[in-house]
Amino acid sequence: MATTLEQPLPQLAAPPPTLGLRHDIRAVRVVWQREMIRFTRDRLRIVTALIQPVLFLFVLGTGLSTITAGTTQNLNLRTFMYPGALSMAVLFTAMFSAGSIVWDREFGFLREMLVAPVSRWAIVLGKCFGGATTATAQGVIILAMAGIVGVPYSATLFLTVFGELLLLAFTLTAFGIMTAARITQFQAFMALNQMLLMPLFFLSGALFPLGNLPAWLQVLTRINPLTYAVDPVRRAVFAHLHAPPAVVHRLNPGVTWGSWRVPTGVEILIVAAMGVAMLAIGIWEFRKAE
Amino acid sequence: MDAAVAVRGLTKRYGELVAVAGVDFDVTAGEVFGFLGPNGAGKSTTIKMLCTLVEPTAGSATVAGFDVVRERDHVRRHIGLVFQDPTLDQYLTADQNLQMHAELYGLPRAALRPRMTQVLEMVGLEERRSALVSTYSGGMKRRLEIARGLLHAPRVLFLDEPTVGLDPQTRSSIWRYINELRQREDITIFLTTHYMDEAEYCDRIAIMDHGNIVVMDTPEALKASVGKDRVQITTADDEAATMALEHRFDLKATIAEGQLTFAVPAGEAFVPRLFAELGVPIKSVSVSRPSLDDVFMSYTGTTIRDAEAANSNQWMRMVANRVPR
Repeated sequence: MATTLEQPLPQLAAPPPTLGLRHDIRAVRVVWQREMIRFTRDRLRIVTALIQPVLFLFVLGTGLSTITAGTTQNLNLRTFMYPGALSMAVLFTAMFSAGSIVWDREFGFLREMLVAPVSRWAIVLGKCFGGATTATAQGVIILAMAGIVGVPYSATLFLTVFGELLLLAFTLTAFGIMTAARITQFQAFMALNQMLLMPLFFLSGALFPLGNLPAWLQVLTRINPLTYAVDPVRRAVFAHLHAPPAVVHRLNPGVTWGSWRVPTGVEILIVAAMGVAMLAIGIWEFRKAE
Repeated sequence: MDAAVAVRGLTKRYGELVAVAGVDFDVTAGEVFGFLGPNGAGKSTTIKMLCTLVEPTAGSATVAGFDVVRERDHVRRHIGLVFQDPTLDQYLTADQNLQMHAELYGLPRAALRPRMTQVLEMVGLEERRSALVSTYSGGMKRRLEIARGLLHAPRVLFLDEPTVGLDPQTRSSIWRYINELRQREDITIFLTTHYMDEAEYCDRIAIMDHGNIVVMDTPEALKASVGKDRVQITTADDEAATMALEHRFDLKATIAEGQLTFAVPAGEAFVPRLFAELGVPIKSVSVSRPSLDDVFMSYTGTTIRDAEAANSNQWMRMVANRVPR
């Protein structure tokens, strides 16, 4: 050690006069990489995040199917709830990932990122991609369980649902980051989460079909953004089932505005637009803060 | 050579509270410059403005030749920062923390490995580079932060209370790194401290109080400006000795902890006269050069501890006034 101390540190090449877009993209990637390192290191978190959707799918789904068996003919309730469980896995993981920004703030690392010569959008976008990737990975684990709940393994189904989950994960992380932008304590973020997650989940059509609901519930489910993410997944799953048309019609009525059934493309556009808008708000909030 | 830091009329107000009241100063390239003052004096706010973390209310500043408001990213690229609170990712290894930093600062990848090794060797963490930061002690974390702050070869290194909360041994090792750094690298070091003994290591110090720079000079010059040495004696009869000091030497002495303390110019030369003329038996005597504590006292009229207490009271009042009724 004594010998190295006598040598001067090697000087780095002079930094470029302007750092520019390429540098910001490098920053997006490294922020994303950090999320990946932390995700793969935290095995326990991967398991605990699976408990809730698995409980809903296998315990609640199996339990309630004893009541519904007569009305759904050969279609098991678990199969119906499967898209909901997929969305739930993504929902919880995405919000938790977004919460890491509060964690970073509380434990100081956010400051290291905020004082670096990078644009704020690059940091927020990196976080958002990181959360979207981890949440989708959780979704994929549930996706692998398709066979157990009577959904056939099919490449097209897998790819369609994968894409839809990725979009959902991105939007939800953006939503989480938007709410996390001003919160300084992780406890407070978790409390806010508890308040938001269950209503969002219950009103999304993950647990029951959205046709024939009383008016108030009809309205609440239609203004819930998560509704427009669960429905495309359910449509994709039902397209690969062999069930009597009457049952399919009752369990997969789709989202309707008045009598108009909202097409999948529009639903996906709604989710994507919400994601972009919330990401923009999140970036704007981080620009203002500090 | 250009000034590494040039500050003109820099001001920061938070509502009615004036945190920094229009300060002017220059820091020469290659200097170790210290900001000394009680908590709440405006040191950290000034440093945050120089690091582009807080926007000034008025005035201007350049760091490494770049304007802190208009050329923010350039300033950021050329400064290293070590804060009093940790900003490491505890769930990553030291290496991963440094790699992350390199990417955020856009360092060329080819030169990165040797540079990482060297900054880690400098702070003596080379062997622990693959360990998770969460397994590090407080002192090791601070050393890693210093290494990280140097990774991108900054022209100015800002250290905000770099040794606060560390044990004396770690404090002295951190100062060893700072001194080595100053000798080997073309770098300016700007630090804040409220430890008087640490201020002695600086080339120049500025004493801050109530948002103003009270005085700025080398530690030696500041101590010389106070002029007088401190003499402490214990005597057989403190009352009589106090009277004798007042009458024969025209000196005001204070009694504290069984000792008489007074200040005279050229203390050592005064001691023989004291023994000859005091007329009260003297049991012990000590003469000390003025410390920065005395300097602070003579320029602000208060000790650094009392000043901190007063500032925290001021904050308490502010907070209390903000509570809606």
